[in-house]
Amino acid sequence: MSLPARVAALTVAFLAVAGGVIFVVAHYLLGGPPTVDFAASGGQVSVVMQTDASSDPSAVPDHPTWVSYFIKSPVTGDWVHTTLFQVPAHTQVHMTILGYDGSTPVRNQIWGQVSGTIGDVAYYGGAPVRTVSGWNGPYLIQHTFAIPGLNLNVPVEAGPGTCSTGPCTNKAHSTTTFSFETPAQTGSYRWQCFVPCGLSYLDGNGGPMQTIGYMMGNMQVVSS
Amino acid sequence: MTPADAVAGTQRREPNHGMRIFLIWLPIALAADLIIWFVWGPHMPPGDMSSSARSQQFDINVMAVMAAPVMAFVLTYGVYALVVWRHRAGDEEDGPPIHGNTRIAVTWISVTSAIVLGLAVFGTVELVAPAGAGAGEGNTPIWKPGGGAALQVQVIAQQWRFTYRYPQFGGFETTSLVLPVGENVQFDVTSLDVVHSFWAYQLGVKADANPGVNNVAFTKPEHTGAIQVRCAELCGLWHADMTTVGTVVSTPAFSSWAASTRVQLAALTRNLPPYSLTYDPNSVSQLGKAFQQAGLTGAGGGYYGPQYPVQP
Repeated sequence: MSLPARVAALTVAFLAVAGGVIFVVAHYLLGGPPTVDFAASGGQVSVVMQTDASSDPSAVPDHPTWVSYFIKSPVTGDWVHTTLFQVPAHTQVHMTILGYDGSTPVRNQIWGQVSGTIGDVAYYGGAPVRTVSGWNGPYLIQHTFAIPGLNLNVPVEAGPGTCSTGPCTNKAHSTTTFSFETPAQTGSYRWQCFVPCGLSYLDGNGGPMQTIGYMMGNMQVVSS
Repeated sequence: MTPADAVAGTQRREPNHGMRIFLIWLPIALAADLIIWFVWGPHMPPGDMSSSARSQQFDINVMAVMAAPVMAFVLTYGVYALVVWRHRAGDEEDGPPIHGNTRIAVTWISVTSAIVLGLAVFGTVELVAPAGAGAGEGNTPIWKPGGGAALQVQVIAQQWRFTYRYPQFGGFETTSLVLPVGENVQFDVTSLDVVHSFWAYQLGVKADANPGVNNVAFTKPEHTGAIQVRCAELCGLWHADMTTVGTVVSTPAFSSWAASTRVQLAALTRNLPPYSLTYDPNSVSQLGKAFQQAGLTGAGGGYYGPQYPVQP
């Protein structure tokens, strides 16, 4: 092989490898779900989420069949397919979770206990709830919203039916509300669902249970 | 080399290298051992918060004291060889032929054998004497602590959090690990999903958490304070964040905490399955029936089913 041919082959090979590395790094660093920023007003923020049994492929092209959370943008009012949100430190967060998924009991009933919220209470359609059985009612639950670092856990009430075209806006749903204080310590606080709800995955633990943007995410606490 | 040079070389009086190396090595080894035992030793991991941690710290100190002279000898010999036997400019002489040295060989084999066998015996004794040294002993532990019944704490691992049940206090389950000082503790470690590992660092306790298996580990907290608990088995995306902080408190404080928590969590305890050393939330054969009975419509895997009736 002539020298120019060898140089050309080497250049092409180098560019291919470098391009692959750049693609992988960019995919991991830039390809994740967006972060929804909630600015405090008077030391309080309102965060609205929804859960869906599955999603419209146009909204969630990667895994439309996966169960997922959505977060409502406080700026545009649009539902954003993400589980990353940002709130100020030392702020009261008023959380509303609209439930468009059916009932699934918890694997461990301890996650039926409300903890870490203001008053250690959550509200299902306005009714106060402190402990929920996944099997015996009167309420059925579908997922949990838990921030282990804050010892916060809230079982989310099951919806009256399931919506398979999330984000949903015009179907019957449950409404779970609660409030909690963000810590003074800034940083990243992971949150997750403790109901193994990865349908078709072993023990329900795979897929959406292991992927940011579906049933787990981060609450970024920043300086207020 | 001329014959005359060879004769001159054989007539050169070699210093006693062995003695010189020994005299250099001895103070280094002594200093290292004294520093390790008296200065470094009290700060060796995992500390002395519990009987098992104190035992592990002692073991690590003994190992370090044994290893330091060996390492010092290797380094001393290496440096001595570089300084004394290095190649010098103009020296083209071959080294003397080596024919073996029975005394050195016997000494070497004897000393290294004694060290290895001694440590084997020492390690076995140290595993037995402190009731398993804080390690998981499986569901039928051979080594148990004396001194009466231990406080039972069930450690339940799940992605990605540890929870704790106290069967001697009504079986309540909590995310808080609270232990009394001065009492034997029996950890019954299990998992609800994948393989985890319960590692209470300051207590010197580490036991694998396997689904469907009860893994028992013993310890005895000897000081009050905080315990860092973390998962020591890669268990999924948030494995690194599967950490909590437990506490060791006085016996009265523990009794007060247990009594108040039992009352506070009474409603939750009624929803828990009866206390069991293992749980089988993955009974697929029960799953379809359970879903039908409960009218379930959502996604999911296996859960505590009807085979675990609620507690009265």
